[in-house]
Amino acid sequence: MPARIEVRIQTVDFDLSAEVSTLLSGLRDTGAVVTFSGLCRSEDGTLAALELEHYPGMAEAEIRRIADEAAARWPVTALCAIHRVGRIAPGENIVLVIAASAHRQAAFDAASFLMDFLKSRAPFWKKEHLRDGSEGGWVDAKESDEAALRRWS
Amino acid sequence: MKLIYFAWVRERIGLPQEEVELPAEVKTVRDLLLWLRERGEGYEEALRHPEAIRVAINQEHSRHDEPVAGAREIALFPPMTGG
Repeated sequence: MPARIEVRIQTVDFDLSAEVSTLLSGLRDTGAVVTFSGLCRSEDGTLAALELEHYPGMAEAEIRRIADEAAARWPVTALCAIHRVGRIAPGENIVLVIAASAHRQAAFDAASFLMDFLKSRAPFWKKEHLRDGSEGGWVDAKESDEAALRRWS
Repeated sequence: MKLIYFAWVRERIGLPQEEVELPAEVKTVRDLLLWLRERGEGYEEALRHPEAIRVAINQEHSRHDEPVAGAREIALFPPMTGG
């Protein structure tokens, strides 16, 4: 059976346990579920909020391409990626990845792969707004994120 | 052809998107970036380091040596920082 794949981009928050329940409903041969949540940091109290911009249409399509690749590489039963956009305050959720499979290793690997590629290949950009009222500017891409992709090749 | 800009590329150029007619000599993504850079101060500022700009043709990542002929939509943006 092909893996169930769910990709969403939304401004509202998500509920991790509700998303897991919905994704897994009826999938009786799932024995392992890995979830990853990415949250907004306060950066030692200096950050008021992050503003997340995305490329509508391509963002969904690119995450789906990454999820399809993960489903081709590992025997997963379900994959889910939810990415928030708009203004996000410290402590709030930004991204959720869920990977489910019969046994744990495929779920760990697929979740990790999905996050690594999502960070460097899905068209999202973060801008910082600082607590002193100034604009902190656009967040720079990290070489470590690009390097993280190489372990999958 | 529709050009779309994101993040600091959009801010520096000062437009979210525009329609352009490409001259015949603009054959690749790299040609497009160099041609756009001549269109004004904002473009020059946004595209000063063309090799740093990421490009998507019809919503798929493209290399700078790929042809632009027949593209409906080309997007220019900085390296991505989602997740």
